[in-house]
Parts: sequence; C-alpha cells; structure tokens
Amino acid sequence: MSGQTDVWTLAVILGLACVTVLTRCFFFILDRPWTLPGWAHRALQYAPVAALAGVVAPEVLMSGGHFLPTWEDARPFAALAGALVYFWRRSVLWTIVAGMAVYLPLHLVLGW
Amino acid sequence: MFFLRSNYAHPAFREVALDMVPLATGIAAWGLMTGVAMVKSGMSVVEALAMTFLVYAGSSQLAAIPLIVAAAPAWVILATGFCVNLRFVVFSLHLRPYLMHLPRWRRMVNGYLTADLSYALFTRRFPVPGDTDAQHREQEAYLAGNYFVTWTSWMLPGVVGIALANFIPSAWGLGFAGVLCLVGILCSLANTRLRLLSAAVAAAAAVAAYALPLKLNIVAAIAVAVLASFWLEGRVPRRWSEA
Repeated sequence: MSGQTDVWTLAVILGLACVTVLTRCFFFILDRPWTLPGWAHRALQYAPVAALAGVVAPEVLMSGGHFLPTWEDARPFAALAGALVYFWRRSVLWTIVAGMAVYLPLHLVLGW
Repeated sequence: MFFLRSNYAHPAFREVALDMVPLATGIAAWGLMTGVAMVKSGMSVVEALAMTFLVYAGSSQLAAIPLIVAAAPAWVILATGFCVNLRFVVFSLHLRPYLMHLPRWRRMVNGYLTADLSYALFTRRFPVPGDTDAQHREQEAYLAGNYFVTWTSWMLPGVVGIALANFIPSAWGLGFAGVLCLVGILCSLANTRLRLLSAAVAAAAAVAAYALPLKLNIVAAIAVAVLASFWLEGRVPRRWSEA
C-alpha cells in the first residue's frame, strides 16, 4: 500500500463511516415508538464510566498483551498522578498537564 | 448540529463551548497522534484524510489501521469497527428519549457527531430528558456546542498530524495525552461509590479479558460492570448511589 490510494481502501473507509453512524444512532434511527423501562435506564447510568474505564485500563496497564511486564513503565505513574491531581483541582486540563509532567521525563529521559 | 442558528445562537452553546476548551487540548493531542499514526503505517494522505473526516471514531480508526495495512478482508475490518463501537449502541439507547422529538435527519446528525466525551458530559449535565420545548432546545444546543468543540479539536490537529507525519517521532508518546484526557473524564464521572465500583470492575475485566479478539474485552467489561453495579444497587445502603 505505502502511500498509494486505492479504491478498495476508500470503500472500507466509507464502510467504517457507515458503522460509526449505525452504532451511534442504533436505537433512534427508527420512528417506532417505544420507551426504555425504568430499570434499564437506571442500569445505563453505569455504562459510560464502565466504557471509559474499559478503554483506558488496557492503555495504561497492558504492554504487548501482558499486564505490566515491568514496573519501569511511565504510563501507570502518569495516570495515577493525573487522577490524584483531578481529585485535588477538579480540572481535566490539570490532569493532562500533571500526567504529562510525570510521563515525559520518565519516558524520554529514563526510557520507561 | 452546530450549523443551525437555533443551536449556535443559544446561550447553552457558548457556555459549554467555553467549558470544553481545557478538554480540547487532550483531544487535540490524541487527534494529532492518530493522524501521524495513519500516515506512518503506510496509508496515503488521501486515505488518512478520508478516515479522519468520515469515520470520526478514534478507537475504531486506530483498530482498523493495522488491518487495512495488512489487507484483511473487508468484513473483518467492518466487524472489528462495529465491536469497538458497540459502546455507542448502549449510548444511543440512553440518548433516544433525549432526541426522539427531532426529525430523523437531525437525530442522525446529532448521533453521528456525539462521541464518548460529548455523551458522558451531556448525560451528566442533563440526567433526565427535557419535557418542554425550551428544555429540548437547551439540551440540543448544549450537545451541539459540546461536539462542535470536540469535532474541531479532533479534525484540525488530525490534518496537521497527517501533514507533519514525517517530522513528529512517535517515540515522543504525545498520544498519551489523549489517554490522560480520558482519565480526567473518568474521575469526573466516578462521583458515586457504585459508579466508582463500576469503573473498577470494568478496568479489571477489560484487562483480564484482553486476549479476546476484536476488542470484545471492552464490551465484556461494560456488560460485567453494569450488571454488577445494578445488581448491587438494591442491596447496599442508599448513600452508595449518592454523590
């Protein structure tokens, strides 16, 4: 492939765009009237926090398909620092700043 | 839709857009590194731009890149994208009562542009769907203002990343700012004991089930965490469900 545009790849990309629309609109594409039962609505309040934790945890704790093969890894320390700073300052920007302030020196200087 | 006057002229649009600016830096860094990653993996500039502007889902883009480069069958790539995006199906079920008063094309444009961050902040700001016309307009304006900032801060750096791909070393690890952005949002959402528990269960399940193909570990994590928290809700003291 290396830098060449081909029709097959563009078709796959178009397909992926349709997948984005389909999944994000799944339950409100049709007009058919139905409402969510109350228990389902209560259960769903746990979904966003679970989804984000499910995406984030492997990004922070896994390396090459294994759970922290070495403790010399900048990511868990940076994420922990970011989380602590969040509960101190209640600001996502400070979370990013503090996390990167821990991550970049460990990653670039120590090579973690 | 941020291009409708009823949305961008509403005070809620400006309010949320200003609130979103700090978060935009994290999204921008993530968008930049996704742009870099696409070109570095061998996609052409046209393909990388099409991916950025049309697919508009960071995690499914990142999951699809190695499969496209390896020329995997189209159905495998689309099935992978669908599984990585399955959480949006759950979100759409939740968002349905907020959007059903709108015509279909407006529902679908709103739905297409509402990614994780906008969904999470929208449902935190508005725990219940609006009843009156004024509430409906405020909620749509808030949602539009939210994803306007998200969209802009994903697209512009994505294009810059594609253009500069050969000058930014991946070894810097700037993409980690995107993960830290998600960590901050996660902390802001874990505001009751049961939600904190939901996050902990999901994190453990996503790591334990990591070997599942097609990123199904994320779907499994959501299912286990939601079921566990919901089951416990009626069995623990009420204050566990209060902020």
